[in-house]
Amino acid sequence: DDSLLSEPLSHPDFFNVKELFSLKELFDARVHLGHKKGCRHRFMEPYIFGCRLDQDIIDLDQTMQHLQLALNFTAHIAYRKGIILFISRKRQFCHLVERTARECGEYAHTRYWQGGLLTNAHIQFGPGVRLPDLIIFLSSLNNVFEPHVAIRDAAKMNIPTVGVVDTNCNPCLITYPIPGNDDSPTAMELYCKLFRMTIIRAKDKRRQSEIFNELQ
Amino acid sequence: MAVAVGRALRLGGRWSAVAPAGPRPQTLRLIYTTTAVRRKNVGASGPEKYTEAFIKKQIEEFNLGKRHLANMMGEDPETFTQEDIDRAIAYLFPSGLFDKQARPMMKHPTEVFPEQRKIQWGEDGRPFHFLFYTGKQSYYSLMHETYEKLLNAQKYQDQLTAQDLPPQKEKKNLAGSRWLTKIELEEMLLEKLSDLDYSRFIQLLQKLLTLPCGDIEEKYIQKFSKEVPAQLKKVVIEPLKYDERGVAFSTGEGTRKTARATVVVYDNGTGKITVNGIDILHYFPVLQDREQLLFPFQFLDRIGKHDMVCTVSGGGRSAQAGAIRLACAKALRSFVTEQEVEFMRQAGLLTVDPRVKERKKPGQEGARRKFTWKKR
Repeated sequence: DDSLLSEPLSHPDFFNVKELFSLKELFDARVHLGHKKGCRHRFMEPYIFGCRLDQDIIDLDQTMQHLQLALNFTAHIAYRKGIILFISRKRQFCHLVERTARECGEYAHTRYWQGGLLTNAHIQFGPGVRLPDLIIFLSSLNNVFEPHVAIRDAAKMNIPTVGVVDTNCNPCLITYPIPGNDDSPTAMELYCKLFRMTIIRAKDKRRQSEIFNELQ
Repeated sequence: MAVAVGRALRLGGRWSAVAPAGPRPQTLRLIYTTTAVRRKNVGASGPEKYTEAFIKKQIEEFNLGKRHLANMMGEDPETFTQEDIDRAIAYLFPSGLFDKQARPMMKHPTEVFPEQRKIQWGEDGRPFHFLFYTGKQSYYSLMHETYEKLLNAQKYQDQLTAQDLPPQKEKKNLAGSRWLTKIELEEMLLEKLSDLDYSRFIQLLQKLLTLPCGDIEEKYIQKFSKEVPAQLKKVVIEPLKYDERGVAFSTGEGTRKTARATVVVYDNGTGKITVNGIDILHYFPVLQDREQLLFPFQFLDRIGKHDMVCTVSGGGRSAQAGAIRLACAKALRSFVTEQEVEFMRQAGLLTVDPRVKERKKPGQEGARRKFTWKKR
């Protein structure tokens, strides 16, 4: 059991998430497109490649590195049977995100966030609830263009977060930010596909390792 | 230090002493707590109020009690139905309370205790439903499914336009059906809904209706719509009966205030009317009452054509006349065409007069009359 859990940690990329995406794929899915110069957040300036005709372009090399770290982290969490919660407050992609979560066997929350869901969970859900072990933000703003409450709540409850941050978002409290576009449908479908593939891959690997250990 | 203590005491909190387990056990750290911390939140003590074991025990007790009750009433315990139980309880514990639900009752525990939701997560702590962390999982999963049906319908429509087929315009019959009410939906989902949630769901369903959908979507929508029974209940007009002489007759019943009347109207008559065995001239000396009796015949131009035998009890002079009039009109429906029945209904001959004597209220002399107001 100990070897089952400690073995993946010795490799830098145990689940080989690098092969799931390439720079060209990110470019074709328009992940590099940000918002206009006026919407730019101060803390996103390191991730921005440049500005063309007032529109910010995100540096895809940095995105690749961050995406690899984030996918690797989600794979490890899924391998250790953690609960993953997908959050996105974009109405366009609500159905897509819920469908992705259902196909992975994980959980989603794309609706109005009730105040005490994480911080007041024992009273909202009942005693003995298990809170999510990872929260993935596919869009870290809510409908009023403010940072989603769950970022702050997850930080309060010591829950690691992975989040796609656009040029108008605040990447501060997110543990594994992924600078990228969160408004185009192609970009969102790409992210959903990547997360779904990593989670399924990690779960399959876990099942195989367990069967392998039982046989020995 | 004294200032801080004074400030805290003014704020009204409680001091509790905390001894830190460290290298210096002598010092006590005073921390500031409020009564809110001690207050137990009983109202939010979890969704499961009735455990499964409790409900099972209640069901066993119910079955045992049913057998005891059957033995008490001297009936067979095996074939003792719920109606028998209700009758037995009503006999053993008579109650004059108006509210039926306040009276003693003995029902199966599944009817008495509302359906509860069991624990939502498994042994390892993972919740069963993928939308568990939203709080309202059934409602949001319902919205998710409905939206999926909407997307499928849109795809189907796109396919039709791609194949250049004309869009199917089938007008669904909305008049005979209504959507589920908020309370019915809450019962279906076992969850509380807000008005906004409910209205959003209904809007989604209506949007789904506007698109041309296939069979699956029709069945899905039917789950959330109910048939509205026709407003006007079709009153069954009884056919004519024939007695030994071959004369057609029909009966009718009528009420007015406290008077109850039953009437038998015979065909091929001469216009003779008998009330409680007495001729109407002797029973109703006042002209107004006799006019009331004759009104249905006069309306249908059948004054000298029918004989009538009535029995009436209760009420006063005018009430009995009105009751007989209504009973007579009801009896005449069988002799007459549907159009004339409609005319009678519109004339008010077939409506029961709902006016009864209003009760006297305390502090007043009568139903409406107040006591004489004296200035001093």
